[in-house]
Amino acid sequence: MVNRKRKGVRALAKTMVQKIFEMKTESDVSPGMMIIVPVDLVYVQDGTGPLSFRQFEKLEKDCLAFPENTAIFLDHAAPSPRKELSNDHVYLRSMSSKLGCKLYDVGQGVCHQIAIESLVRPCDIVVGADSHTCTGGALGAFATGMGSTDIAVSMGLGKNWFRVPESIFIKLTGKMAPYITGKDIIISVVKHFGSNGASYQALEFGGDIENIPIYDRLTVSNMAIECGAKVGIFPSDEITREFLEKNNRFEDFKELKPDLDAEYVDRLEFKLDEIEPMVSVPHYVHTARKAKNLKDIKLNQVFLGSCTNGRLEDLRMAAKILKGKSVAKGVRLIVVPASKKVYLDALKEGIIEILVNSGASVMAPGCGPCVGVHEGILGDNEVALATSNRNFHGRMGNPDSYIYLSSPLTAAASAITGYITDPREFEI
Amino acid sequence: MAISGRVIKVSDNISTDHIIPGRYFHLRSDLEKLSEHALEDVVENFHEKAKGGVILVGGSNFGIGSSREHAPIVLKMSGVKAVVAKSFARIFFRNAINIGLPVIIVDTEKIFDGDDITIDLEKGVLREKRDSYQLKFPPLDIRIQSIIDEGGIVNYIKKHGDISFEM
Repeated sequence: MVNRKRKGVRALAKTMVQKIFEMKTESDVSPGMMIIVPVDLVYVQDGTGPLSFRQFEKLEKDCLAFPENTAIFLDHAAPSPRKELSNDHVYLRSMSSKLGCKLYDVGQGVCHQIAIESLVRPCDIVVGADSHTCTGGALGAFATGMGSTDIAVSMGLGKNWFRVPESIFIKLTGKMAPYITGKDIIISVVKHFGSNGASYQALEFGGDIENIPIYDRLTVSNMAIECGAKVGIFPSDEITREFLEKNNRFEDFKELKPDLDAEYVDRLEFKLDEIEPMVSVPHYVHTARKAKNLKDIKLNQVFLGSCTNGRLEDLRMAAKILKGKSVAKGVRLIVVPASKKVYLDALKEGIIEILVNSGASVMAPGCGPCVGVHEGILGDNEVALATSNRNFHGRMGNPDSYIYLSSPLTAAASAITGYITDPREFEI
Repeated sequence: MAISGRVIKVSDNISTDHIIPGRYFHLRSDLEKLSEHALEDVVENFHEKAKGGVILVGGSNFGIGSSREHAPIVLKMSGVKAVVAKSFARIFFRNAINIGLPVIIVDTEKIFDGDDITIDLEKGVLREKRDSYQLKFPPLDIRIQSIIDEGGIVNYIKKHGDISFEM
């Protein structure tokens, strides 16, 4: 992209990404520039954290740059199913004690969910050693996943290098029909782009976003990485403020929106009222079809949970369909609330009771079976429908199995019939 | 810097789940053992085949998915001297640079499994041993190449004390 700005003259119209980077660097920023930027929040999980801290130790720094803004989450293997992973947990706990950073131990939940409940603020630069760190974009943060060494550098120096991404504007217009969720929106977006159509770029969502509740925004931002995007960012508006205040975070709100004439490399429109329940079919997210056209797919397991769809509203939607009904014979329904808060709220609302009565196994808050570590590894030739974000070959622990992805509503309807089912066949 | 080796060719969209499957999650703190399973669902006996040094050639979007840096690490430990692909997933690309594994973006249509190739990183030229093809690619940004040249960003920071893009 051509940089039309003259040195020292601020271009008037900015994208959200430019605005955030300019706030942090106090200088003009345009796509393609390589810049060094301070970070507001750094986090690791138990799969990437041990390597991050070993790399940090190699840097020979005495302390973390910002221990209070550094967090460790034990969520991928929680509780640990193997001694090797237990030893990784021992190491991470010792690093937290030694260096004084935050520790969210087994049972607290998935890193990204806790991060958005308590840590991520609009306009923050957030880096996490997990590709779905981009979830924080739903709150108007520049939140992106990196590898362990990049995170070690960010922990040690309190900053890192970034190539300022070009932004693609995604205008979401109209209103979602009943039974349509953020998951159906983002699967449609990823299907449009393919697995790398937005590589190295930022997705900036806009349009009729007052019609998109925060939990749907979180699902959309969570999966921005599935089309290669560095971040999937929503404006920070009244809905964002309401969410933060609901979590007793009265000081954290900051407004963020792009300027009207901001420069985008591409502009796309998705009409929300035309989106139908969508399902990603093996073995990629972008290979997606309408749920109603996949009726013949027989299921062995349904997973409701993850950083994509393990929030209270997700469990509530599923419970509406499952209330008074039973999971089909031969189908295992595994439910994993994304955080302790979600779990407690779902208990209070009676959601957990409905799910257990329908036949669900409810596990401790965390990543559950999403990444093939524990809590529901598939058998040979078995088929799963999951509300998580990836269905790559071997993802859920067995290369001889098949994973489909859908919304919580589609997952709940399918758990009842034992086949992939359009949720509109059920009343809610 | 010139790199030579025999090509192992893989397809488009190789994910980090392909490179190091989640079922070996528990071996992430034992990189030697973990590397024995590198790409095992994609190339039979990859770990044996890569011993002694190979160049891994993919199609588009190499390294999609998880941020696990263990993916480029196990490739490097198995003997991969460089990864060549039409395009890379962003996090994999950064991770490879940070651990000092050269990554080259070039059209890989003409490169076949078993070819012997040499890559000149500074000149941006990849050529088959008998010159049956010669492919040009833009060299990496000099600031990024300097991270690779130091053997990764940890060594770079230890040497320079900081990251700085002031040239």
